[in-house]
Amino acid sequence: MPVNQPVDKTFTKQSRAMNKVSSLSVASTIIAVIFCLPILVIISYLFAGAGPSWSHLVNTVLTGYISNSLLLMFGVGIGVLVLGLPAAWVTSICEFPGRKFFSWAVLLPLAMPAYIIAYTYTGLLDFAGPIQTSFRELTGLKYGEYWFPPIRSLTGAMLMLSLVLYPYIYMLARAAFIEQSICVLEASRSLGCTSFSAFYRVALPLARPAIITGLSLALMETLADYGTVAYFGISTFTTGIFRTWFGFGDEQSAVQLAAILLGFVILLVLMERRSRRKSRFHHTSNRYSTISRYQLQGYKKWAAVLCCALPLLFGFAIPVGQLLYWSLTQAAALDGSFIRLVWHSFYLGFAAAVLAVLLALIVSYAQRSSKSRWVQFSTGLTSMGYAMPGTIIAVGVLIPFAWFDHQLIAIAKSALDLDMGLLFSGTVVAMLFAYLVRFLSISINTVNSGLAKIKPSMDDAARSMGESRWGVLRKVHLPVMKSTVFTALLLVFVDVLKELPATIILRPFNFNTLAVRAHEMAGDERLVDAGPPALMIVLVGLIPVILLSRVISKSRAGQQKSDL
Amino acid sequence: MGISIMSTRCAKFSEPTLKLLKPVIAAIVIAATSITSITATAETINVYSARKENLIKPLLDKFATVNDVEVNLISAGADELLKRLEVEGSASPADIFITVDAARLAQAKVAEVLQPIKSEWIEAHVPTHLQDTDKQWVGLSLRARPIFYVKNKVKPDEITTVEQLTDPKWKGRICIRSSSNVYNQSLVASLISHLGKEAATEWAKGLVANFAQPPSGGDTDQLKAAAAGVCDIAIANSYYYARLLTSDNPDNVAVGEKLGVIWPNQAEGDRGVHVNVSGAAITKASKNPEGAAKLIEFLLSPDSQEWYANVNNEYPVIPDVKVPEVLEHLGDFTSDDIDLTELGNYNREAVFLMDEANWK
Repeated sequence: MPVNQPVDKTFTKQSRAMNKVSSLSVASTIIAVIFCLPILVIISYLFAGAGPSWSHLVNTVLTGYISNSLLLMFGVGIGVLVLGLPAAWVTSICEFPGRKFFSWAVLLPLAMPAYIIAYTYTGLLDFAGPIQTSFRELTGLKYGEYWFPPIRSLTGAMLMLSLVLYPYIYMLARAAFIEQSICVLEASRSLGCTSFSAFYRVALPLARPAIITGLSLALMETLADYGTVAYFGISTFTTGIFRTWFGFGDEQSAVQLAAILLGFVILLVLMERRSRRKSRFHHTSNRYSTISRYQLQGYKKWAAVLCCALPLLFGFAIPVGQLLYWSLTQAAALDGSFIRLVWHSFYLGFAAAVLAVLLALIVSYAQRSSKSRWVQFSTGLTSMGYAMPGTIIAVGVLIPFAWFDHQLIAIAKSALDLDMGLLFSGTVVAMLFAYLVRFLSISINTVNSGLAKIKPSMDDAARSMGESRWGVLRKVHLPVMKSTVFTALLLVFVDVLKELPATIILRPFNFNTLAVRAHEMAGDERLVDAGPPALMIVLVGLIPVILLSRVISKSRAGQQKSDL
Repeated sequence: MGISIMSTRCAKFSEPTLKLLKPVIAAIVIAATSITSITATAETINVYSARKENLIKPLLDKFATVNDVEVNLISAGADELLKRLEVEGSASPADIFITVDAARLAQAKVAEVLQPIKSEWIEAHVPTHLQDTDKQWVGLSLRARPIFYVKNKVKPDEITTVEQLTDPKWKGRICIRSSSNVYNQSLVASLISHLGKEAATEWAKGLVANFAQPPSGGDTDQLKAAAAGVCDIAIANSYYYARLLTSDNPDNVAVGEKLGVIWPNQAEGDRGVHVNVSGAAITKASKNPEGAAKLIEFLLSPDSQEWYANVNNEYPVIPDVKVPEVLEHLGDFTSDDIDLTELGNYNREAVFLMDEANWK
């Protein structure tokens, strides 16, 4: 065998790999452009000049919208960190009664749509609800004679959103903690760190990119929330956009508001980027040992239990209890059509999740292998959709789809002399497209944070040992990325399950989902009848959430060293 | 607006390009028709409805069975559906557009997505003020917005008009929902039409000064708050009150029983209580306007009208339809017979002045 042959082979492989990189960038750019289209449609309204009610908005309500949205983001930011971080830390590093149970159960509120939790807590805590009523009966006090925290308030909205959004922090932080080599922590302890300072000085900085990713997801979802703030009567950007668009009938000004909202999002994306760039932390130690968790004693033990039990209680147990109570006692009985609702919700979620992850893989790998600013910028663009209210996205999807359909109709008419109707508008295709516009950001963020774990030096090492690019993917990336991909799948699935505004407006005839049914009942002020479909959303959402937590638990570095 | 330009622009291709395109288009058509569920033909009637599914589907199903046609439904918010109609343009599969307020119907008319309903029966049977002047839409049911009072705190003759709600004696005693809600927008629009913009602004400011709490929740929440002691007066649509009274849940019935209804502006020569309609229209793009008109006639038939009254406690628009006991219990009233198109015309101004009055 000639000696120079393998050299040649590597050489051609390498040049082919170079081609692959550029085609990856092209694919990623195309994806970015296609899925930014709705946002671009929205932005294009901006160039039509100031809307007729713009000056009215500026003079009356705009400052209120801005300050409320900022306060809400601030409150939810604090809330999700306070609820999510301690639970993530204790379940990954400490041993205490019920740790195994809590490590998956704490994720459960993820299955709860924010507007549903708002309905249930309002039912419970409102002035006319059972708690205040029995308090009045017990004490004989009347309205105005005692103080009770008002649930329908800005603080109430912060609490509701924090309770359902903290799992993002929990999940991402826990995955980060678990993946940290325990050796790093042990080294820090042997260097004199207490367990708290090991957390504060070593684990937290290492996990920071993951935490910031979780935080930015939670905050984007906060910005996009309409159901909760509208129900609580709080004027934020989303309610303002609705009011301007539909109340004033002034699309121009509504879109100008949406553009300001986009400004907030760009800030979030930049913040997330910056944190990741500044902390290109990779573990220097490759020695992973199995975890020996700190055995907590005495009050610390119970404090750890509380860290997990409280979020679970308020974010899941109480609202589900209320839904169960409504479903069992008062709501209209379930019928056969329910199975179809579940099926629709399920397959939409599944299809959207698979597509979102495939696209995310392309985009993320392009981002990783290309330093091109354009690629970085275009992936940033695809993240915009997540913080846009679903209705705005839906309108942004309607317009290009209808345009495309009208072109097809015109072509069919002139080419085939065929009269046909709209093809893609009002189909599942349009719905899936809208879901991707909204949720691509989650899958990209998740896949990105997974990819960040693979040191570039690992690629280089594998390549230097003669692995092809494909071989590197299969042998080095696949084992690490498996859990990341799965996480992204499940996150998108759960989000699609809960998605409401885009689903309602884009769906085909006679097509219902669980979220739509729950919303129609609640929107018609039949909260009680919203119980069964809401409960079903939670139940269908539970399956992936439980799967998700198993994936995260298994991904501990020390536990899968045979894979690496 | 950009959309209409885009949608009406016609694609023109040269002959060779067309030849190439033919198989591609055929493939797309076949692929798409296998996934799409939209078919607009003469045998089907497609409905975009802002009425919730459970408040319209039973009637549509009945019509479909009786007449052996296919009736398809999408229910969503009226604004979103209107947007969808506009964007879909001439290719829209929808035949009928149903809303739960007149303002949106008026907006649809302005947006030029409707066509006149050709039905002599409807013209003859529905009161004129509940029809569009150009027959582009017709009311299906009446929804009144009276005043509710807490029985042991307010005497029913203490307040007789909506204007009196701004009296300082009601300071901290009134519950009403957010100004983002179209029922309030229509109420204020009707006041602008009757009293003029300035008086309506003063009214909104006076009302806000009397709020017992910042507005939140729906109409039912206002009634519940009044019964629980938060306020002495609540404004809500009448069917929410009737629904509480007829509820299976004794707690809800108790809420209803604590409250009484006041029909405002009933004095001789006064305009009557503010009413709105849920209504229907035929879209300009309809492929089956005759079938659509038949379906609307069916929705206006005495049987269907009785169904609305029974299921959602709304008032019939056709005279002499039997109403359930609970509506009889609410009593007779004179309703404001303002041209409902005005509600749509003044909607934007209404929201403007509510913003100025700091009505959240």
